[in-house]
Amino acid sequence: MKHKAMSAAIVAGAVATAVAGLSTTVPAHAAAKEKCYGVSLKGQNDCKAGAGTTCAGTSTVDYQGNAWTLVPKGTCATMDVPGDRHGSLTELKRDLPEA
Amino acid sequence: MRAPISFPRTGTSEFGRALLDPEAGTPAGLIGPDGLNAPKRFSVYRNNVIVSLREALEHTFPAIKALLGEEYFSALARAFVLQHPPKSPVLIWYGAEFADFIEAFPPLEAYSYLADVARVEWDWLQAYHAKDAAPMDPALLGQTDPDCVGRVRFVRHPAARLVASSWPIWDLVRVNRFETDNAIEIDLNRSQAVLITRPDLDVDLYLLRPGGDVFLNALFEGVTLGDAAAKAQAQRQEFSLSDCLSDCLSSGAFTGLQNDG
Repeated sequence: MKHKAMSAAIVAGAVATAVAGLSTTVPAHAAAKEKCYGVSLKGQNDCKAGAGTTCAGTSTVDYQGNAWTLVPKGTCATMDVPGDRHGSLTELKRDLPEA
Repeated sequence: MRAPISFPRTGTSEFGRALLDPEAGTPAGLIGPDGLNAPKRFSVYRNNVIVSLREALEHTFPAIKALLGEEYFSALARAFVLQHPPKSPVLIWYGAEFADFIEAFPPLEAYSYLADVARVEWDWLQAYHAKDAAPMDPALLGQTDPDCVGRVRFVRHPAARLVASSWPIWDLVRVNRFETDNAIEIDLNRSQAVLITRPDLDVDLYLLRPGGDVFLNALFEGVTLGDAAAKAQAQRQEFSLSDCLSDCLSSGAFTGLQNDG
């Protein structure tokens, strides 16, 4: 797509404004912080061995809830998208196979 | 991002298939110390596989969990895990398809902002694990000949990502994840674009100004500064080049200028 070009003077002027405004505010990123290697985010280094192992039972233990039958209860619940699309949750319930 | 390691995909063996299908029985040959088939042991293992993957999703998508509630999130995550077993043993890359999965999940049709919120959270994680790099010194631009500065092209920082949405994703992510104590009013008619960077150790999120997403996206694609500005201006009249450029430079979205600039 071709757009009307912006004049070199306008671009140069904007660059000068931006750079001038930054030279005093940009923090030094070379701040002396050290990365702690080997530290993973919680839940992402989880091999589930040892403490915390989820083995409290048998085949039905992992959450068997069917998302198709549920209605969001979190903060979503107050934020339906405006429009005529609210029916989907209830309509789809009817199509569920017998439990 | 691609995983450099590949391993036999779950689902290619009887064991793998049974792992993700609670209806499937215990794979043949799986026996306990008593010499008998060990369905309970296998169930425990299957349970651990699904629960640990679900927990990984929970930690990657806390805003989605807050939006849906614990019960719904668990059920949704489980449905996702069964359809999208890991393709890599690296758990930090698990969940790449979650946003698309949410988008295509019919019961959530009335909440179409969810997928873009998930995209921000996914990009936050990718930025967190991206390669370290020093952001560009803004003075570099100041040293460029003013007559040529419109022709410079930038090099994207490895952590920098952009999510543009027709929903107020900046507000939704803040209120459901980063600023849960703040009462932020959500106006679903608002469109917001979010820039994610990690200039140093911490991941930063920025709300982009009008036209900033068009501008930055063009710069990420290697378009020249002048052309990117013209493109943004053409789409959003209120686009301000100096403000948007200032945001991009101060947030650490680039590492430098391309040599052919």
